[in-house]
Amino acid sequence: MKILVCISKTPDTTAKIAFTDNNTKFATEGVQWIINPYDEWYALVRAIELKEKDPSTIIHLVTVGSADAEPIIRKALALGGDEAIRINSDSSDSYTIAYQIAEIARQGAYDLIFTGKETIDYNGSSIGGMLAELLDIPFVSLATKFELNGTAATINREIEGGEETCEANLPLVVSCQKGMAEQRIPNMKGIMSARTKPLKVTEPVAVEALTSVASFELPPAKAGVKLVDAENVAELVRLLKEEAKVI
Amino acid sequence: MSVLIFIDQSEGRIKKTSYEALTYGAKVAEQIGTEAIGVLLGTSSDELAALGKYGVKKIHHVADANLNHLDAQAYAAVLAEIATNLGAAVIVVSNNLTGKAVAPRLSARLKAGLVSGANALPDTSNGFTVRKGVFSGKGYAHISIHTPVKIIALSPNSYETRSGEGTAEVVPATTAAVASKVKVVSTQKITGQVPLSEAERVVSGGRGLKGPENWGMIEELAGLLDAGTACSRAVADAHWRPHHEHVGQTGGSIAPNLYLAIGISGAIQHLAGVNRSKVIVVINKDPEAPFFKAADYGIVGDAFDVVPKMIAEVKKLKGI
Ligand SMILES: Cc1cc2nc3c(=O)[nH]c(=O)nc-3n(C[C@H](O)[C@H](O)[C@H](O)COP(=O)(O)OP(=O)(O)OC[C@H]3O[C@@H](n4cnc5c(N)ncnc54)[C@H](O)[C@@H]3O)c2cc1C
Ligand SMILES: Nc1ncnc2c1ncn2[C@@H]1O[C@H](COP(=O)(O)O)[C@@H](O)[C@H]1O
Repeated sequence: MKILVCISKTPDTTAKIAFTDNNTKFATEGVQWIINPYDEWYALVRAIELKEKDPSTIIHLVTVGSADAEPIIRKALALGGDEAIRINSDSSDSYTIAYQIAEIARQGAYDLIFTGKETIDYNGSSIGGMLAELLDIPFVSLATKFELNGTAATINREIEGGEETCEANLPLVVSCQKGMAEQRIPNMKGIMSARTKPLKVTEPVAVEALTSVASFELPPAKAGVKLVDAENVAELVRLLKEEAKVI
Repeated sequence: MSVLIFIDQSEGRIKKTSYEALTYGAKVAEQIGTEAIGVLLGTSSDELAALGKYGVKKIHHVADANLNHLDAQAYAAVLAEIATNLGAAVIVVSNNLTGKAVAPRLSARLKAGLVSGANALPDTSNGFTVRKGVFSGKGYAHISIHTPVKIIALSPNSYETRSGEGTAEVVPATTAAVASKVKVVSTQKITGQVPLSEAERVVSGGRGLKGPENWGMIEELAGLLDAGTACSRAVADAHWRPHHEHVGQTGGSIAPNLYLAIGISGAIQHLAGVNRSKVIVVINKDPEAPFFKAADYGIVGDAFDVVPKMIAEVKKLKGI
């Protein structure tokens, strides 16, 4: 069994969001970077659990990013995984990223590819589906549970108002969210061994981006809260009905 | 040329988010001077011609029971074929749970640029640019699509449904047989509740409610307001409430018309999942709770005092 886990680097969840260069770039100064939480907590940890059950499993991590993504991929290796591949491209176009990962996926002949549900910066929820299409294999999105029996997978996925249990055969692309696994903290042994695990760097293949960011914008600031006295709940209900018109 | 709108169904019933997509798609068609055509996959018990009131002239219906359940691979293949045959210039889907699986596949298949989570009409004054939410609601990006075919996945509850007169012509469509490789074996729906992803109003509780035994008043208020229920991660982690109710950075992301947060501090990771709500109301006993900064209305007070009063007031309003 060979599993590929897609790891992306995102600003810390508490990072201040601001833009520079005439609102065309995200202001990265002072920003702490983390492994995208969905990739770390759910995709990677579930892959590690599968390896714990079947130690012959090989886990590779892949990230598309410039050299400054390396601390993040090392951190991911400290949690688990056998080796990592960094594709040296800083593209922000989902298709380009998926295309690069597809190239690696073909070479490595993986049985299973995990992505996170979405990146918390771009919020695309796109790479997994694009990757599956490029590889012409099934895609199960927004999985909350994943079990494997040989090459048959049983997966729970989120649907409107509930969940659905489905079955599909490997190879597969699965996007992972809450429920798949529990967050883990890397231990000392993991951190030490991560330093010596292979991290290969490859150059991107040529592909044309389908989209680009024209500009960023901050959402309009809220007008400020209208406080109602706790003794006057009737007034709040009136405001919600007559002013905000939401009830 | 045309604008093709994917109509999403579940158990044969058309989802509310599809009406938004239809309204939006019809507007885009008007904007670029072409016609809007809907496409529905799977059998349906709803009256399709009536969807014309959202502005579509035609609906292509692939009434194949093999397509009743989502398999992104099969859906994308069928949609790509139809889009190509109709010469679609723009494809609109709702960025709901189905859209998130299908739109990216379709994008890669057609090499058509995708903007997922769009929340405004495209700007066609100079190229084709669509606004979407980024940084979990803390920013917007204007994304330019460079390809001849464009795909827009519209964020649920970000474009108002409008209906007028008109019926659509329903055109039965067939495509080459599609074998779904993902088999649905069972469905677990949460009954008796408004699904969070479709809820126009949401009542949400945090650790301030002290324990699961106190959720009765939350559910009662939600019931009265026809609202879904949600909770903070702290609450879901403590197993006070089921995981599917957890909203925020690592849980669900919602944008209802009303989000009523009770006993939730308003941590930045919580806000990330709810900050696109149109009206935010906060009830918290701590006047310094960060949530008040993101709120439109608020009461500084004890939930155990305020919520029962609110229930009484809403009942009064409804004449119960
Ligand atoms: C990477 C990361 C991701 C995260 N993702 C999420 C996420 O997706 N969603 C999420 O919710 N959190 C998330 N968190 C956790 C988040 O930071 C907060 O810890 C969490 O939201 C706190 O939940 P809470 O507001 O219910 O509890 P608390 O922070 O304990 O707040 C309870 C609030 O209730 C008020 N209160 C107490 N008693 C009463 C009363 N009687 N009446 C009225 N008010 C009262 C208090 O004043 C307080 O403001 C994440 C954290 C990290 C680090
Ligand atoms: N640059 C990247 N390198 C590797 N994987 C990525 C990258 N960007 C996104 N992914 C993966 O794709 C998932 C969905 O990302 P997105 O479509 O951008 O929301 C993420 O959770 C990651 O698992």
